[in-house]
Amino acid sequence: MYRIVEKQVLSDVTKLMVVEAPQIARKARAGQFIIVLMHDKGERIPLTIADYDRDAGTITMIFQEVGKSTMQMGTMEVGDEFKTIVGPLGHPTEIESYGKVMCVGGGVGIAPVYPIARELKEAGNYVISVIGARTKELLLWEDKMRAVSDELIVTTDDGSHGRKALVTVPIKEILEAQPGQIAKIWAIGPAIMMKFVAATTKPFNVPTVVSLNTIMVDGTGMCGGCRVLTEEGAKFVCVDGPEFDAQTVDWNSLLSRMAFYRSEEAEAVERWRNTHQCKLTGAVAKGAE
Amino acid sequence: MAELTKKERMKIPRQDMPVQKADDRVKNFNEVALGFTLELARKEAERCLQCKEPKCMEGCPVEVSIPEFIEAVRSGDMTEAVRIMKDKNNLPAICGRVCPQEVQCESRCILGKKGEPVAIGRIERFVGDFELDCSTCQIGRGPSTGKKVAVVGSGPASLTCAVDLARMGHDVTIFESLHTPGGVLVYGIPEFRLPKAVIRAEIETAAKALAIEILTDHVIGRTLTIDELAAEHDAIFLGTGAGLPMFMRIPGINLNGVMSANEFLTRVNLMRGYQFPEFDTPVKIGNKVAVIGAGNVAMDSARCSLRLQSLRSKNGQPEGEVHIVYRRSPAEVPARLEEVHHAQEEGVIFDFLTNPVEIIGDEKGAVRAMRCIRMELGEPDASGRRSPVPIKGSEFEMEVDQVIMALGTSPNPLVFINAGGLERSRHGTVVANQETGRTTMKGVWAGGDVVTGAATVISAMGAGKRAAADIDRYLKGESSW
Repeated sequence: MYRIVEKQVLSDVTKLMVVEAPQIARKARAGQFIIVLMHDKGERIPLTIADYDRDAGTITMIFQEVGKSTMQMGTMEVGDEFKTIVGPLGHPTEIESYGKVMCVGGGVGIAPVYPIARELKEAGNYVISVIGARTKELLLWEDKMRAVSDELIVTTDDGSHGRKALVTVPIKEILEAQPGQIAKIWAIGPAIMMKFVAATTKPFNVPTVVSLNTIMVDGTGMCGGCRVLTEEGAKFVCVDGPEFDAQTVDWNSLLSRMAFYRSEEAEAVERWRNTHQCKLTGAVAKGAE
Repeated sequence: MAELTKKERMKIPRQDMPVQKADDRVKNFNEVALGFTLELARKEAERCLQCKEPKCMEGCPVEVSIPEFIEAVRSGDMTEAVRIMKDKNNLPAICGRVCPQEVQCESRCILGKKGEPVAIGRIERFVGDFELDCSTCQIGRGPSTGKKVAVVGSGPASLTCAVDLARMGHDVTIFESLHTPGGVLVYGIPEFRLPKAVIRAEIETAAKALAIEILTDHVIGRTLTIDELAAEHDAIFLGTGAGLPMFMRIPGINLNGVMSANEFLTRVNLMRGYQFPEFDTPVKIGNKVAVIGAGNVAMDSARCSLRLQSLRSKNGQPEGEVHIVYRRSPAEVPARLEEVHHAQEEGVIFDFLTNPVEIIGDEKGAVRAMRCIRMELGEPDASGRRSPVPIKGSEFEMEVDQVIMALGTSPNPLVFINAGGLERSRHGTVVANQETGRTTMKGVWAGGDVVTGAATVISAMGAGKRAAADIDRYLKGESSW
C-alpha cells in the first residue's frame, strides 16, 4: 500500500513523488491535502495534493526538504512504501466561473496551485498565473503552469530566470493595470509570501484566498494544533480550511505558531545528519531507522 | 484451599495491588499499577460472598457474570474464568485498567456496605492479563449470515460492537481514521495507565479470531462517506467518539504554549513524543504547566507533564511545577478518585475555585502568565452541582509557560459529510435510541461518546453491545426498522 511508483528530483531539496493511493485519488479535488507517515517512528506530516490520476489510482506530492522527516522522505525511492497516507482532507477549492482570476505560487507552493489553476481554467476562467522562487533551480512546473494559464509570469528573487522580482511586484502591476477586472486571487507559498500577497491585494479589494500549511498532528480536527486566528476567532486549518480569506488571517500569530517547534526541528535535523550523512561527501544514507 | 465460612471471608482484607512508588514512577512512562499475582487474585477472590442475587452485575454495563468468574479464579481455574469473562467482555485487560469500577460493579458489592467491596476490577485485569499471556480461549465466529456491517471508528464502542456482530456470524469491517486502531484508548489514555501493547494484543486477538477486517487511514466523511458505506453494507455502526477539543473563549488561546489536551496527549501517547528524537514527533513541556479542568483527561495531562519534566531534567528528578486549575471545589471534581490520588501523590498541585480569564503572552507570542479569578460556590446548576461564581476584585496573575486545555470534547463533524438523514442534537451528538442505538437514518446505529458526549470506556462498550444485539435482530429479519 502507498507504494512510490515515480520519483523526480526537481532540485537538490525539492522532490516529486507519485504514490499509489487509489481511494484518495478517486476523491481528491484541487485545494485538498493529505497526511503522510513514513514509518512506525515517524511523524504525521500534512502535504498538499499537487496532482492526482483517478484512472491510475495515484496522487502526486511535491515537498521541500526542510526538516528531518522531509529529508528522510527524500531518500525514499520507487518501490518504497509509506506506512500511512490519509485523505483527501480539508475543503476543496470553490471552483466557479468567476471571469478573470489570478493564481500565485511561490516555491513548492506552485505544486498545490497547479490543480487549482487547471480546474479554474476548465471551468472557463481566464487564468493569469504568477509563479516565483528564490532561484531558477527552485522553480518548478513552469511548463505545466503555462499549459493551464492564459498568461504566465515567472519571477526569481535573484533574477536567474524570468523577472528579477518578488511575486508581489507583478501582482500589483496587474491589479493597477486592470482595475476591477480580476475577480479572485489564489496564493500559495511560504507563509511570509502569503502575508505580503495579502497586503498587496488589500487596497484593491480583490478577494484573495490563501492555503495554509500549519503544524498538524492528526489532520482531522482532533488536536487543534493547526488553529489560526482569523477575524471570526480561532479556526482549525485542517477542517475549516486549508483555504482562508487572506485578509482575515492574523499573520503574525500564524508565523509565530509555525516557529513553535523550531529548536526541536533543529535538534532532529542535527541528529539525522550525524547518523545518516557522510561527513566527507555529504551523501545521505537511505532511511530505515 | 479449604472452603471458608462467610465470616472468615469477610475477615480477609481487600488486597492492595502492587504499584510503582510515586517517586519512581514519575520518572518513567511505565505502568503505574503492576497487577495482582495469582496468589493475590485468589486471595481477593476468596472475599466474594457469592451472593444468590448478586448486585454487582447490575452495575456492569456489559453484564459480565461477575460472581462466576470470581469463583473460577478462586478455585484456580483460570481457563474457565477467561471463558466466562469473554462471554460478555472481550477486552478485560483494557476494562480492568480503565473502568471506573468504584461507581459501577464495586459500588453495588454487598461487602462495601460495611467495609470495602471486592476488588472486581483488579481480578478482572488479572484474568485479562492471564489470557494475553496464555491464549486459552478461542472465541468462535458464528455460522456466516452473509450480512456485511461497517463499523466506523475503533474505540471501545466500535470494538465491542464489532466483536459481538462477528460472533453472531456477520462480516464486519472496521474503518479507523488514524494509523492505529483503538481510538481514545491509544491517543488519549497514557502508557502508564494502559500500555499500548495491551491494547494492541487485545484488539489483534479478537480481530484475528473473528476475521474482523480493520482498515486504518479511512476518514469517513472524506475518504469514504456514510452514504457510500450504506450502499455497500447491510448495516452501519457509528462509534466515532468525541474527538473535537474545546477551547476557552478567552484572550490569548492562540499563543505558543497553549494547546488542547487532545494535542498534548496525542503527541505523547499515539506519537510517542516522550521518546523524541528517537520518535519524530516532538512535544513541548513547560517549567510551569497549568492544566485547565479536572476530569480524567486533565489528570492524564498533568501526570504526563510531570513525567516529561523528569525526563527533561538532568538529574532525573521532576523540575518545575504542574498545576490543575479548576473553577469548582474538590467535591465537584469529575475525575476518578484513584486518578486524583495518583496525581496528588506524584506532586501535581491543585488550584481549586480558580478560573482563567486571560492568557498573557510575551513579546515573542509565547505564554508568560495566566490571569485568573477566584470563584465561590453559588446555587446548584442544571447538573445539580453548585455553580461557581466569580469573586469580584479577586483577579491575580499566575506565572505559567504552558497551558493545556482539558475542558471536554465534542463529536467530530467530519463523519457527517454526506450522511443522508443523520439527525444531530445542538451539541453535535448523534440522536440515537438509548436502548437500541438506532439513529434517524435507516440502517445506521450509533453508540458511545458520539451519542452521549465524552463519557466512560465501559458505558461506550455497553452501547456498542446493545447496538450489536439490535443490529443482529434487524439483519435476521426479527425486527423491522
